[in-house]
Amino acid sequence: MNTRVGVVLFPGTNCELDVVDAIDGRGGSAEVLWHGDDTTKGVDAVIIPGGFAHGDYLRTGAIARFSPVMQAVTSYARAGGPVVGICNGFQVLCEAHLLPGALQKNAGLKFLCETVELRVETTSTVLTNRAEAGDRLRIPINHFEGNFACDERTLARLRADDRVVLRYMNNPNGSLDDIAGICNEARNVVGLMPHPERASSTLLGSADGLVLLDSLLAAAGQRATMTA
Amino acid sequence: MPTFHAHVEVSHLPGIADPAGATVERALPALGYTNVSEVKIGKTIRLVVDATDAEAARQQVKEMCERLLANPVIEAYEVTIT
Repeated sequence: MNTRVGVVLFPGTNCELDVVDAIDGRGGSAEVLWHGDDTTKGVDAVIIPGGFAHGDYLRTGAIARFSPVMQAVTSYARAGGPVVGICNGFQVLCEAHLLPGALQKNAGLKFLCETVELRVETTSTVLTNRAEAGDRLRIPINHFEGNFACDERTLARLRADDRVVLRYMNNPNGSLDDIAGICNEARNVVGLMPHPERASSTLLGSADGLVLLDSLLAAAGQRATMTA
Repeated sequence: MPTFHAHVEVSHLPGIADPAGATVERALPALGYTNVSEVKIGKTIRLVVDATDAEAARQQVKEMCERLLANPVIEAYEVTIT
């Protein structure tokens, strides 16, 4: 049976079909999880895709955190299930306290839509287990609020615990310590601002996102075997 | 139950960058205002709450700030009840 990946859909999410297409293209079986349902439907991994969940009112991810599906995603994450938040999904995971810190407005207040170069900093996460540390990946970003912020103690902990997953080679948004992606303590929850699903074919300009999607599918497959 | 007006000022915590404030600070000299510094941009939330007394209203608004109105990870807030 194919590895099942749940893709969360809030009102205002707009990248769910791109993620579904990219996951299916790698041999996974993606299904959309509606935000109003308090269940992850027994999937083997969860992706919170990009967009503007609940219009991003008040703060990005602030309202989405209270959607019924987030209770299920939180229990799933605490039980070790692989969870990845892309762009707005990263913002939602921070607001839900599944990841530390927060994403605020880009330095210079510019909306950024461009392909950036990233460096893989750790391979010990559900999103990078198929990559090599030091790998350079070209993946698009598309955000106004991607400027990672946290207090000094949190940053020191992230660094000491090797929890910075991806860094920008040329920091585009003012993000603290060039951070493009981080993981939780258990390394099964990862948030990143770049969109791997938009770098899933050379036709799109880059296929560098595939190694990340394949890593998640590998982690999901392992989870499926464990819970079978 | 009496009605109270709450005024909530949300700002960045000390040590957290304020990109909007920094951008406005860089823009002001272009208009000739070269003597301005420490521009900070936050937000104001006003609401009306029914509560038994001012202290109960303040406690509830503070709880709402912790849970939704502010993000205590990067933001500070100040509640005024009238």
